[in-house]
Amino acid sequence: MLDMNFDFPNPVRIVQRTARDFARQAVAPLVAGMEETGRFPKSLVPKMAEVGLLGLVTPRRYGGSELGFLARTVALQEIGRVSAAVACALQVHHMQAAAIQDWGTPAQKEKYLPRLCRGEFLGTVAVTEPTGGSDLLGMATTAVPAAGGYALNGSKCFITNAHLAGAPVVIAKTGEGSRGLSAFIVEKGTRGFAPGREERKMGLRGADTGELFFKNCRVPEQNLLGDEGEGMKAALKTIGEAGRPGMAAIALGILDAALDEAVKFSKSRNLYGKPISNIQAIQWSIADILVDLETSKLLCYRASWLKDQGREDCATAMTLAKLHATEAACRATRKALEIHGGCGAMLEFPVQRLWRDAMVCVSAGGTTEIGKIVLSRSVLA
Amino acid sequence: MTMKTPSRRYIVCLKPVPDPSRFDKLRLDPETMLLRRGDVPQVVNPGDRHAIEAAVDLKKRFGGTIACLTMAPPDAREQLEEALAMGCDRACLLTDRAFAGADTLATARALAAAVRKLGRFDLILCGCYSADGSTGQVGPQLAELLGIPDLTHALSLRLQGRRLQARCGLQDGTAALEAGLPALVSLDPRANVPPLPPMRGISGALAKKIPAWSAADLGLAPAEVGLAGSPTRMLNVFTPAAGRKGEILQGSANEVAAQLLEKLRGEKILPARGGKGSS
Ligand SMILES: Cc1cc2nc3c(=O)[nH]c(=O)nc-3n(C[C@H](O)[C@H](O)[C@H](O)COP(=O)(O)OP(=O)(O)OC[C@H]3O[C@@H](n4cnc5c(N)ncnc54)[C@H](O)[C@@H]3O)c2cc1C
Repeated sequence: MLDMNFDFPNPVRIVQRTARDFARQAVAPLVAGMEETGRFPKSLVPKMAEVGLLGLVTPRRYGGSELGFLARTVALQEIGRVSAAVACALQVHHMQAAAIQDWGTPAQKEKYLPRLCRGEFLGTVAVTEPTGGSDLLGMATTAVPAAGGYALNGSKCFITNAHLAGAPVVIAKTGEGSRGLSAFIVEKGTRGFAPGREERKMGLRGADTGELFFKNCRVPEQNLLGDEGEGMKAALKTIGEAGRPGMAAIALGILDAALDEAVKFSKSRNLYGKPISNIQAIQWSIADILVDLETSKLLCYRASWLKDQGREDCATAMTLAKLHATEAACRATRKALEIHGGCGAMLEFPVQRLWRDAMVCVSAGGTTEIGKIVLSRSVLA
Repeated sequence: MTMKTPSRRYIVCLKPVPDPSRFDKLRLDPETMLLRRGDVPQVVNPGDRHAIEAAVDLKKRFGGTIACLTMAPPDAREQLEEALAMGCDRACLLTDRAFAGADTLATARALAAAVRKLGRFDLILCGCYSADGSTGQVGPQLAELLGIPDLTHALSLRLQGRRLQARCGLQDGTAALEAGLPALVSLDPRANVPPLPPMRGISGALAKKIPAWSAADLGLAPAEVGLAGSPTRMLNVFTPAAGRKGEILQGSANEVAAQLLEKLRGEKILPARGGKGSS
């Protein structure tokens, strides 16, 4: 028989179990506190480093495990099933690691990748500005040549790990048009660079989201990431090939959790003398959640696999996976919430958190509308 | 620690078992009365993780290399890869259709042959029980077949020259035991907290080849292994009817609590009134 293998290879299965156990042991106890305070538990960073979650897509020679994007998707899914917020911090951390791996000089890789793997600090890629995340070229932050490098002026918003990142990648304008953006590594402590406020979010609570400010911030020449003018390409590749599959994987985790909660509640809630799982309307909702979960899994795993194969067409597949999985997570968590009746509105039940988290995943990593533009272009062009 | 002895060699024996967290999904085949293993994913037997961690710890403290062994169907490579990820240096898979249906003795026989094939060794480490069969026999039988001492339920280990010192758990209390090397030890689950296999270990394991050894490779005749080499025959599997004495106390919460206290005191489970711990 002709073979098309849908089984994970052994190492991915081991990664899955490790991430699942890690989420249960190290992450689950923190979720209530994150919901309450909205703050990221820093104590988790060395633990994530120890088990190797921070270096999943980084080569072994720089301290990573080089297990690739399918392994990363599966790990983020398992973490996201317990805490989408922690998974979000982790996925954006991987984005910076991928950006430096793809665009960095050997010296930049040597300098930053091992520290990102060790968890000396978390990573981030700062693109979005108050001028609108969808309109990349509309950004206002500038980088102009100055003695020995560049001077950055402007601000970023909605940046994950804003206060935890030690040397974020920042996209700024060095000219006009699509070749007018460049990427920089800006070290914490650089004069003129400071994070701003910590946002208070409805969902992904506990993932650090905030502003970054640059005021005559001097960045040395050697911290230019990629060539001058390659910032747009770097941003699109990093968002498209690491950011979107990351958000998609988190949506998978939310979908898993939505199914878990829906099944658990419907089997334990008795109406008319028996569990509501006997009611056909409830069964249909559960089937809908399962369809959303399983279709999302297929799209996400395939897109990650394409990336691991080094295939150029992975970015479209990842946009498709991200769009479908995040929208599916919104539908499924709403159904799961409704299955809970009034309990769904109560903070004691995790299902309301899943719904809030799902809603926040839709715009992070590029909105559904932007996703549709990318997808339609891939067939109309 | 810097003694000039040849590098120590540890061997860990491990077993793939159905994931105990999904035992509720396990079914017995009504025909063969054997577990339908395909229903639930296999994992490294939780007890054996303590053996792996103990070996990794000995390696850290006293140097040496770790080989791990399992007798299992071919897909047990996954569990061996996990053991490699946790810090074992090499792995061997004993696999052969002829091994199917082995009881503990036939299993120990195959493992003993593999240990001999591996050559010189200092210490074999096992878990105390498997989560599925739970006989606790394979370790001691393996030691017996190899003619080496065997310490069970070890809580902590030390190597002193050619001697193994272990604190071992007893029914109530512990015993300090010592044995000459080579020896076999089975690890009590309280001995350590096995870490999760780190991602770098998982990718490191990818580079390692895992040889598969058949009965013939181990020099074993078909009659010595598998069902044919197993004196045990399973006649029936059933859940014994639990006959417990049930008694329902009546009254208000306070009255019931008072009655219960009296009964527990009467049975000498709690000290008599006025004694330590009474309320
Ligand atoms: C939790 C979270 C974490 C984030 N982390 C980061 C991060 O680490 N780094 C980073 O750089 N950014 C980050 N972002 C920002 C995110 O990338 C942006 O929110 C996203 O790109 C959308 O930008 P915007 O919010 O400015 O919305 P806008 O771009 O203002 O969009 C507003 C609306 O207009 C629609 N729209 C825009 N253009 C079009 C069009 N051409 N056709 C049709 N509809 C259109 C959008 O779909 C949306 O519905 C994060 C966001 C969130 C919520």
